[in-house]
Amino acid sequence: MNATLDTYSTPSRSLWLRLHIDPWLLGGLLLLAGTGLLILYSAGGGNPVLVYKQAARLGIAFTVMLALAQVHPRTLYRWSPYLYAVGIVLLVAVLGVGDVGKGARRWLDLGFVRFQPSEFVKIFTPMLVARFLAQQPLPPGLKTLAWAGLWIALPVLLIAKQPDLGTALLVATAGGAVVFYAGVSWRLLAVLAGTVLAALPVVWMLLHDYQRDRVLMFLNPEQDPLGRGYHTIQAKIAIGSGGLQGKGWLGGTQSHLEFLPEPHTDFIFAVLAEEFGLVGCTALLGLYLFIVGRGMAMALEAQDTFSRLLCGGLALTFFVYVFVNVGMVIGLLPVVGVPLPLVSYGGTSMVTLMAGFGIMMSLHTHRKLVPS
Amino acid sequence: MAHFRLKDAVHENRLFRQRILTSAAVVLALTLALVARLVYLQIFGHEHYAMLARDNRVKIAPLPPTRGLIYDRHGRILAENVPVYSLEIVPEQVEDMEATLARLQRLLAVTPEEIARFRQQLRRHRRFDSIPLKLHLSDAEVARFAARRPFFHGVDIHARLVRHYPYGELTSHVVGYVGSIDERELKRLDPAEYRGTTHIGKIGIERAYEDLLHGQAGYAEIETNARGRALRVLREVDPRPGADLHLGLDIDLQRLAYEGLGEHNGAVVAIEPASGQVLALVSKPGFDPNAFVYGIRRQEYQALQRSPDRPLFDRTLRGRYPPGSTIKPFVGLAGLEYGVIDAHREIFCPGYYQLPGVSHRYRDWKKWGHGRIDLKDAIAQSCDVYFYDLAHNLGIDRLHDFLDRFGFGRRTGIDLVGEKAGLLPSRDWKRKVFHQPWYPGETLIAGIGQGFLQVTPLQLARAVAALANRGRLIRPHVAAYQVSGERSAPLFPDPGEGRIALDPRHLHTIVDAMIAVVHGPRGTARRIGKDLDFLIAGKTGTAQVFTVKQDEEYRASKLAKELHDHALFIAFAPADHPRIAVAVIAEHAGHGGSVAAPIARRLILHHLNQP
Repeated sequence: MNATLDTYSTPSRSLWLRLHIDPWLLGGLLLLAGTGLLILYSAGGGNPVLVYKQAARLGIAFTVMLALAQVHPRTLYRWSPYLYAVGIVLLVAVLGVGDVGKGARRWLDLGFVRFQPSEFVKIFTPMLVARFLAQQPLPPGLKTLAWAGLWIALPVLLIAKQPDLGTALLVATAGGAVVFYAGVSWRLLAVLAGTVLAALPVVWMLLHDYQRDRVLMFLNPEQDPLGRGYHTIQAKIAIGSGGLQGKGWLGGTQSHLEFLPEPHTDFIFAVLAEEFGLVGCTALLGLYLFIVGRGMAMALEAQDTFSRLLCGGLALTFFVYVFVNVGMVIGLLPVVGVPLPLVSYGGTSMVTLMAGFGIMMSLHTHRKLVPS
Repeated sequence: MAHFRLKDAVHENRLFRQRILTSAAVVLALTLALVARLVYLQIFGHEHYAMLARDNRVKIAPLPPTRGLIYDRHGRILAENVPVYSLEIVPEQVEDMEATLARLQRLLAVTPEEIARFRQQLRRHRRFDSIPLKLHLSDAEVARFAARRPFFHGVDIHARLVRHYPYGELTSHVVGYVGSIDERELKRLDPAEYRGTTHIGKIGIERAYEDLLHGQAGYAEIETNARGRALRVLREVDPRPGADLHLGLDIDLQRLAYEGLGEHNGAVVAIEPASGQVLALVSKPGFDPNAFVYGIRRQEYQALQRSPDRPLFDRTLRGRYPPGSTIKPFVGLAGLEYGVIDAHREIFCPGYYQLPGVSHRYRDWKKWGHGRIDLKDAIAQSCDVYFYDLAHNLGIDRLHDFLDRFGFGRRTGIDLVGEKAGLLPSRDWKRKVFHQPWYPGETLIAGIGQGFLQVTPLQLARAVAALANRGRLIRPHVAAYQVSGERSAPLFPDPGEGRIALDPRHLHTIVDAMIAVVHGPRGTARRIGKDLDFLIAGKTGTAQVFTVKQDEEYRASKLAKELHDHALFIAFAPADHPRIAVAVIAEHAGHGGSVAAPIARRLILHHLNQP
């Protein structure tokens, strides 16, 4: 029955549409993943095992994306409240019985698999908020906004409690992006921004010591060059010494001499910057921009409010990932544990990201949620 | 208001389009901000950072300091660093690690444990570090490997300094030993100072004076290539070796005490009363500390742990024993000080003591009793009845307060780790721990050093030293002074902890009585008093390990050895100008006079005969 609905498009794109794939997005992501593997090979000190593992993860992530693209938006729409509820329950469970790692409770261990429920929530929260707002007349009134705020705040606070500030921030962004696209008035946004600024001292008091340290270190990394400011300083040296063209692939000395900490995870951008210089950095940022832009274009073409809000929200969240990570590595933002999408070594968040793209493809290729 | 409730598709569409465009603009602006920052770093900052990056290629390699040595009071070395040959492997240079290990195993009898330890180290170190596989190569092994060295790429023989304790089990507890730094210690240590250091003091002096013995790490600035391998040394800052420690300990006394205990387990503590220096600190049995330096085998360690003789247990600091009759001089002094008795008062000892209105008989060790007896004879002959009566008249409160002044029930504050406080019971203590009132009978048995009262050998020796000092309480210490380079500095210039206010006449009475223990015709330790040209003041003790029931008699021959009484002896000499104070506890050795006292005599004789 879907086939009849889909046949409105031009014959040349019908194959992609039938597979529910957006070729532009897929192409961009594949290019990005390939570049990521290349950088990872260098960042990991030429250790092929890292690359194999990452490639395997990418395989899984792309599969998840393509699978999710087949799910009809109607199903997503219907399921979003239940998925959200499950996510919240899991987050509560994590705080109760979760595994502790690096001083935080983030994982649930089911015996055969260990996972971070906060990753699911990155998708479930914008889904629920998009559905909720799509049901309301837009732009949203105060009452609607209050509810949306509550749906967002609930998972954010639970994740912040783990504590995992980076993820909490991303979930808040995902929810906030959806609300933004719903057309909340600029005046309200200004009030909101004012409130956030006013609340900063309170947040400061609620922060853990190590989190405060990070902010202070960000403001003045040279204060403790061998201790907590080390990351930032070494990253800056790696990036700056890369210059315009870089030292060439595998030619970065900073990362290979183990001066740069975490070169293959959160700080992998510094390796790129050192080896490929400004040219490489700009190219990668351009690639990211292309993907984000394609996502926004898909949102523009979406034909119902739910699809639009969700698609736009996911695209904008993806950009925030990139911005926060790169900003952190190049010393524009405090150090928050956010990976560079599809490039940093590591699995969990990559699958979530690709799931997001899968949903975007689904929203785009299925087009008509409600026959008009 | 109603029209706001309706969805206005056209308006929504326009609104959304506008929002998407706005966000796209923001995304673009933010990306440009990132690019601007990159331009700032990579174009304008390039030269600066490129220079910093070059500097980064200079690696700082730690140079661990050599550990300070430990000497006894006559300059004999108790802990030294000896060079040993070790077989080491640089993983980066080995083509096939498994094959190499297998060949080495055949050539040099490398044990599976050594292989396992090597693999562990392999994970911790970098590929270009040299990692020891087998330590303590014999000359034959060195020769055997040397002949085949060309066939082993990346394997070589190195000389390393390894801690060695020449007196082995004699000094196991007091000097202690070093061992590999473990995870817990790693967290505590200053990483800068311990870079390159593999070992750390685990117990005894080695642990207590870790900071002094360790020294200060130096470093070498090494230029490295892009793979991090050393090319040449640019600059070196020498490490500062750890300070040498000179102990008050006399290894001869240590040996005399250890061997004097013979078949018995036990503890011996000898203190120089004036300075508080510990002359001997023996816990028997000991163990070979050298086995711990390079990782004791699990089986060996378990054997030590499971041994009923508890060789790992430091009896001098942590062993808690009832003091038995060795407490009597202190109780007697309490009686004099509080005016409960005078030196001439006599009581009648029928061989047992009864509290008024109670049928229970507290027995004397001498079945037929001592008859009429005064304080001096009661100490010399160790009459229990006299002290039952005295303790009863003193009461537990005064008894507790007085013994507390001699440091019983408190840590002595010796310069070693892990000391126990012993137990000096009081009314409050019993209420807190047992939720029970104090019973008068408990005062009686406390008066003869039984019941709840528990002392460590070190506490006992310190209390004896306080008697020898005529009331000056000292803080005992094993280490005397440190030497680093040309400079030597005393570690405890003032060992004093204050004076216990005592009437000199009362002290004289007690010391007199203690002299009678050794030199009196009926003294319980008269056998050690012969052929001396000076006087020893002492007191024997026999501490019951279990309580003999009212209608039973103690017969050593019938009892398993674990139930035999502990033999104790305390003494100082010469009685008028004491230079040594001793406490001896021989576990399950029966009567204090026959086993413990001769050990004390030997220590005293040896110490006093030295110039």
